[in-house]
Amino acid sequence: MKISKEDVLKVAALANLELTDAEVDSYRGHLDDILTYIEKLNEVDTSGVEPLAQVVAATEDDSALREDLVVRADVITEVLQGAPDPEAPYFRVPRVIEK
Amino acid sequence: MSASTTWTIPEVRAALDARRISARELVKDFYARIEKRNGELNAFLALSPERAYAQADKIDAAIAAGDALPPLAGVPVAIKDVISTHGIPTTCGSRILQGYRPPYDATAVERLERNGAIILGKTNCDEFAMGSSNENSAYGPVRNPVATDHVPGGSSGGSAAAVAANLAVAALGTDTGGSIRQPGSFCGVPALNPSYGRVSRYGLIAYASSLDRIGPFANTVRDAAAVMSAIAGRDPRDSTSASIPVPDYVAGLGRPLHGLRIGIPDDYFGEGIDPEVRKKIEAGIALLEKLGCRRVSIRMPNTDYAIAAYYIIATAEASSNLARYDGVRYGPRVPGSTLIEMYQKTRGRGFGAEVKRRIVLGTYVLSAGYYDAYYLKGQKVRTLIARDFRDAFQKVDAIVTPTSPVPAFRLGERTANPLQMYLADIYTVTGSLAGVPGISVPSGKTSAGLPVGLQIYGPAFGEDRVLQIAHAFEQGGGKEL
Repeated sequence: MKISKEDVLKVAALANLELTDAEVDSYRGHLDDILTYIEKLNEVDTSGVEPLAQVVAATEDDSALREDLVVRADVITEVLQGAPDPEAPYFRVPRVIEK
Repeated sequence: MSASTTWTIPEVRAALDARRISARELVKDFYARIEKRNGELNAFLALSPERAYAQADKIDAAIAAGDALPPLAGVPVAIKDVISTHGIPTTCGSRILQGYRPPYDATAVERLERNGAIILGKTNCDEFAMGSSNENSAYGPVRNPVATDHVPGGSSGGSAAAVAANLAVAALGTDTGGSIRQPGSFCGVPALNPSYGRVSRYGLIAYASSLDRIGPFANTVRDAAAVMSAIAGRDPRDSTSASIPVPDYVAGLGRPLHGLRIGIPDDYFGEGIDPEVRKKIEAGIALLEKLGCRRVSIRMPNTDYAIAAYYIIATAEASSNLARYDGVRYGPRVPGSTLIEMYQKTRGRGFGAEVKRRIVLGTYVLSAGYYDAYYLKGQKVRTLIARDFRDAFQKVDAIVTPTSPVPAFRLGERTANPLQMYLADIYTVTGSLAGVPGISVPSGKTSAGLPVGLQIYGPAFGEDRVLQIAHAFEQGGGKEL
């Protein structure tokens, strides 16, 4: 067993996820299976191999660079319409800083 | 015109030109079809009649005025629910985005409409595009129109089913590890995953940003090519979109296949492939040879490691991308006494089981002490898989494989074991990691009548070549093999 119940709870806390006891049990088993499977990567010799984060650099020029300009979006009203607790022009959240 | 009539894009155009039907009448007909079938198939999550009829009236006015029509004029299309549509509900198949209406359109949607297409509505999918069966949608599974007790594949199952059931002429899906190609295979329609960077991801709600792509489903390869021509190309709003010129994909279709070398990777025909699928793919390869292709046996030695690398990279990126769903800016909020508790409850209840599983896995592989062993190792293996493709394309013009080792399975048949479900993505995740284009094209049916998909990979930005081969294959009778 690679993964304990405590490992799952620790990771869930890092990810801000509330999990039920049943979910913790079931994910522990699934993660154990998956991480055991992933161990097969240890068979591969990757010494001297560079990591590949994304493929664009291999095929593209300098198109990622552009002038940094401010463009007005004017979507505040529309965005706030979809918010769970808006108070224009803000999103309201539970108190973070004590008085 | 019966409710089951298949319309192709040239047929829509011919009917509009001859005034046999108006764009408004066509839209009305498609909504009647959806009304009739969607209760059973669950392919659409939201319809956008106001916007569709407004666009149809614009097309009809252009016809009345004798104006030149854009290439997709009047073509009714469906959009996967992970792609943003201004004012139209966009949920990603998740409870956590219930009621969300984006304040803008994705570039691909904008380009479709600019080319005359009519957006009918949004299609069901696995939650945040995570799944291979469409059973992970918070709004219920989609049923495969070919056999309704079977899954349509995933994650773009609603888009594949909508096209296969003639509820849309074409549809957009998204593909991260096979989510366009595999449902195309299961539902028996052509489905193209373009090169990474070919279609702008602006407005595509992210799952794994280094892998996510938008591409078309259609009833013919020609129609898929026409949709590609409309949506491809550089977009300043997506810095990973390529400025490489976009060829006219439709114009390139008629070229003969004589002399093209197709690579058949021995490594893709090992254990785990259904014997009937293997038989149909062998028959498909024989058809390509008959059409003038030369078969070349190739090796892709790192194939066996692709699933492991993929599920590390994709879940790591997902755990980061999905951090934004916290009950502050959109979607429902579950109250908590502190900000953190509100986050935890909102996310715990808003996300479904598969999404939470992947967030937990992705967070784990990125966490302190494990980053090098998992994430960095996965990225290095990704380099080796990309090299497999690069080396192969030194010797061949295209690579031909099955799309999926199995045909569509029954609803509920594979939900108990997530790892088993992941392993069936083997033929598609390789191309996802390498960034190359791949199309799934129907290649006969099993004895139970379930479609089999043949996948054609091309080199990066070689969409024209994979479409050319797929078109010749389709015209040569590939679907009836």
